[in-house]
This record gives sequence, structure tokens and C-alpha cells, in this order.
Amino acid sequence: MLAMSFRGPQRVRVQQKPMPEIKHPEDAIVRVTRSCICGSDLHLYNGNVPDTRVGMTFGHEFIGEVVEIGSEVTKLKVGDMVIVPFNVACGRCHFCKQGMFGNCHEANPEATAVGGFFGYAHIGGGYDGGQAEYARVPYANVSPTVIPEGMDPDDAVLLTDVVPTGYQAAEMAGIQPGDTVVVFGAGPVGIMAARCAWLFGAGRVIVLDEYDYRLEFVKNYAKCEAYNFKKDMEDVAMFIKKQTDWMGADCCIDAVGAEAAGNAVQTITGRKLLLQGGSATAMHWAINSVKKGGIISVVGVYGPTDNLIPLGNFMNKGLTMRGNQTSVKRLLPRLIEHVQNGTLNPKGIITHRIPLEEAAEGYRLFSDKLDNIIKPVLIPPSAR
Amino acid sequence: MEPTINNSKPSRARTKTPPTDLPGWGIDADPKNDPTYPMKQRTDAEQTGYSWERPTLQQPDVEILKSLERPNLTAVFGTSTPPSGLSGMLRRHAYANYSENDNRHWFTLVLADKINVVECVLDDLASGHVPNIFKEKGYKASWQHDRKGLIVSLGTTLAITAGLAYLAWPKNKRGKKPKSRTVYPS
Ligand SMILES: [Zn+2]
Ligand SMILES: [Zn+2]
Repeated sequence: MLAMSFRGPQRVRVQQKPMPEIKHPEDAIVRVTRSCICGSDLHLYNGNVPDTRVGMTFGHEFIGEVVEIGSEVTKLKVGDMVIVPFNVACGRCHFCKQGMFGNCHEANPEATAVGGFFGYAHIGGGYDGGQAEYARVPYANVSPTVIPEGMDPDDAVLLTDVVPTGYQAAEMAGIQPGDTVVVFGAGPVGIMAARCAWLFGAGRVIVLDEYDYRLEFVKNYAKCEAYNFKKDMEDVAMFIKKQTDWMGADCCIDAVGAEAAGNAVQTITGRKLLLQGGSATAMHWAINSVKKGGIISVVGVYGPTDNLIPLGNFMNKGLTMRGNQTSVKRLLPRLIEHVQNGTLNPKGIITHRIPLEEAAEGYRLFSDKLDNIIKPVLIPPSAR
Repeated sequence: MEPTINNSKPSRARTKTPPTDLPGWGIDADPKNDPTYPMKQRTDAEQTGYSWERPTLQQPDVEILKSLERPNLTAVFGTSTPPSGLSGMLRRHAYANYSENDNRHWFTLVLADKINVVECVLDDLASGHVPNIFKEKGYKASWQHDRKGLIVSLGTTLAITAGLAYLAWPKNKRGKKPKSRTVYPS
């Protein structure tokens, strides 16, 4: 089968690889019909995630058709079209039982701090991902969900990560009606977080990014305010203070993570030298821009090592910080409802449909923010 | 430059008027959104320790490395790209000796990643495959959408490579024409 294969920093190849096999009685094999490239794939693409081995197939946002099931799979049958949440989750450990499907303890032998994720290096459990024609999907009885009748596959594929992650970002921000919410980053997740902030009753939503085309996009898509932190202000915290009657925002959402721009020291130590678990610029700004007693919600991905952040301010301001990998399965029923009744329009953020064979070009476009790209989807030959 | 803010307008900071042209305002508002709720539907089950009934255990058919911070393999795991070569030795060392809490674990893995990239280029060449760097880097997309950027970046790479090659060349041979080899008939 054709599959994307990582070759080294900023180098990927699409090549023939052996078909995935059933390795566990609860496995299913899925023929992939849509597979996105995600902002967090760029951390892998840039070689910034420890234990990213050459030859691995990335891709944690995919949907497809079940073509084979293991002997203990009861909830799916061959022929089902399924949404495959990006978390690999057993459904039985203490964490899964508490709805923390992003923190399963039976899915990743390599890192106890991290759950199991498709195509996310060995820090995510060593699973080959869905940027391929076929993928192995473990615990097929737990997270994979049959695509509801009539749902557009482009909407369905965004329910694997972007929509739930944007939604959980807003949920973790503890937004109360009328709150001012600042979202750092106008990538797909930041855009969705801004959109979902209104569902929780935000009174004002402000998004910051460095790319004008993304700011323009989020302004229209999420009906929010959008500012360029490189052009519209000299100091981010000052800007937010002035915008909020000198109080600070009620909630700040970090939808950027390790690839943040905007601070040379952070960029060099975090992204170039890998002395930090990524550049912590967005987190730094969030701590200094939120009001005292405010909440910071983190869905941006950072590496496992240390980061430079103003912890003193965090303590002195009495902040609460919440972060997590999204529990996709927990949120799916509500989000499917939102898509079906037209409250959310996920496919509206897809700007590029790219043949799987051209994954390398897709990564380049997305990594360099070319051609006004917001969200790219890879389509394997059998689904075109 | 001072931020351009119109101070004469009252701040919208505490307004409670959402935009009217978007569906769903406030439909998921939850005044009881307890700080731990989105992460945890309280059952406090973990207080009983590592005691749940485990799923059927996947049998490893390739070498799987394991964090020191757990006693066993998880019930399922990925089998992509088992450790091999020098990078594999480093990875084994990192997993066997340092916990996730120890930064040496991560820095050793980062080093292994760098070595792994070189190993794979050598593997490619050994098997007669010259990697198509232009294709792998996706430069076709840059050529279509950022031609200037691509030319600058390739030009810089070329200049640095040429400069390094010049510096690496033995000083007494710089600038000299390569000697033509004279072949004597035997
Ligand atoms: Zn993703
Ligand atoms: Zn679990």
C-alpha cells in the first residue's frame, strides 16, 4: 500500500509499505478515505519530537472503511465507514473510565505522561498513522464511531481532532457568559476554539496570529476580533490589558504550542537548539495577558522537556492552568449534534485537497503557510 | 510604536452582547464547569491503584521499548519502526537507564533521531536509491507558491555548502588546477 514515510527533518516520502495487520483481537484495519495533516504533525515534520524514527507514517486525523476486524471486535463490522478519534484508548483503565480517553494507560508503553496516538512518533505509542491507504486501528470497540447517515466526509474527518480539540480548549477555559477570551494562534485549532468559545457564552473573542490571511479567515469564520501580534502591537500583554479595561482577559487559550513565533530567545532555544520542549512564547503571553484569577487553557503541543515560562506571575496572579490531549470520544456525541444541526461547519476550514502521493508538497505548503492554506486533507487514490 | 487603540470608545471588555449572526451562542454554557471537569468525570477510581481488568495483551513481534515509569508493556502498542543500528542502541540506552523525568532520556532520544536520519540516507544509498530531496522536501509547492523564497533558500544552502567545501579543501591545493594524471604506457 502507499504510505507517507518520514525521512528526516522537513523530508517525507510517499512509498510502498506492507499492509497493516491485525496484531490484537480488538484491532480493525481501516481503508483510509480522508486524512488530514495537522499542525502538530509539523512538530514531527521539523524533527522536534524526541523518538521520531525514520520510516514512520504520520497521520492521526483520518476516517475510512472497516475492511477487516479482529476476533474480539463486536461494535464494528466490515464495510462500516468510521470516524477514528486520534486517541488510542482501551475504555477500561481508570483514566478511560473517567472520560479521559486522551490519557489511556493501556495504549502507550513508551511514555506514561502521554496517551496513545496514531502516527505520533514513539512518544505516542509507536503506531503508524493514517496518511496511508490503510491503517491498523486498535481498540476498535471503544473510540471509532460510525459516520452518521448523510454526514459529509469532510466534516467527519475534522471530528477526529480539530473540532473536539477546539471545543475542549474552550471548555477547559471555563468560559462564563460574557467572558473575554483570547485565543493565541489562528491555525485550524485556534479557529475552532474561537468559534466554540461562543458556544460557551463568551462575550468577546480575540484571536492573535502573525499571518494576515489567517486573521482574515478567523474573523469571518468565527465572527471574532483578530489582530496581528507583529504588526498591530508592540507588546502583547500591554495590548490585551488596554483592550480589557486594564484587567486582562478572563480566559486565554494556547492553541499554538511548540512552534510559536514572536520571541527570538524562545525560538532559538526551543525550536532550533531543542534545549526547551519547544518555544513557549504563546504560553508566556497567556500567563501575562490573563486577568488575576483567570484561566489558561492549553491545547498547543509541547515537548516533554522543560520550558521557560513566568511561573512567578502564574502564582502571584492566582491563575488556573488546564491542559490536556482532547478526549475525542467523550465529546463526539455532542459535536456530531452540533454538525448535524448546522451549529458548526467544520469543512469550512478545509482549503486544500491533496492526493496522498503529494503529501510532501502538502507538508511544504502547510509548514511554510503558502497559498493561504488553513487545513489540508490528503486523499488516497481509492477515495478519489 | 504605540498600539492604535481608540480610547474615546468605551471598552468592550465586559460587554455581554455576542454577535447575532452566528448560531449556538451560549448553548453549551455551564456555570458548574468545575476546573477539573473537562479532564475528569470524577470516579476517583485510580485510588485503587493499577487494578483494573486488563484487555487481552498484544504479543510483541518486534522490539518494543518501555518507559521506566511503568512495570509492563501496555495491553496494545504500535509496532512501527523498531530500533535498529547505532540510533537503536542509543534509544535502548535511553529507555533502559533514564525515566521520563530525567532529561537525559529525551536528549539521548533527540541525538538518536539525528543519527537515525544519517543511517537512513546511508541505507538508501547502499540499496541503490538516491533520495529525491527536491521531491521529499515538497519543493514543487514552493516553486508554485513561493518561488523567490525557494531560490533564496536553495541559494543560501548552496553558498554555505560551497563555502564549507572551500574551507575543507587543503589550503595548499586551493585555487590550483587539478594536476592532470600522466599515464605511462607499460
Ligand atoms: Zn491533529
Ligand atoms: Zn484506557
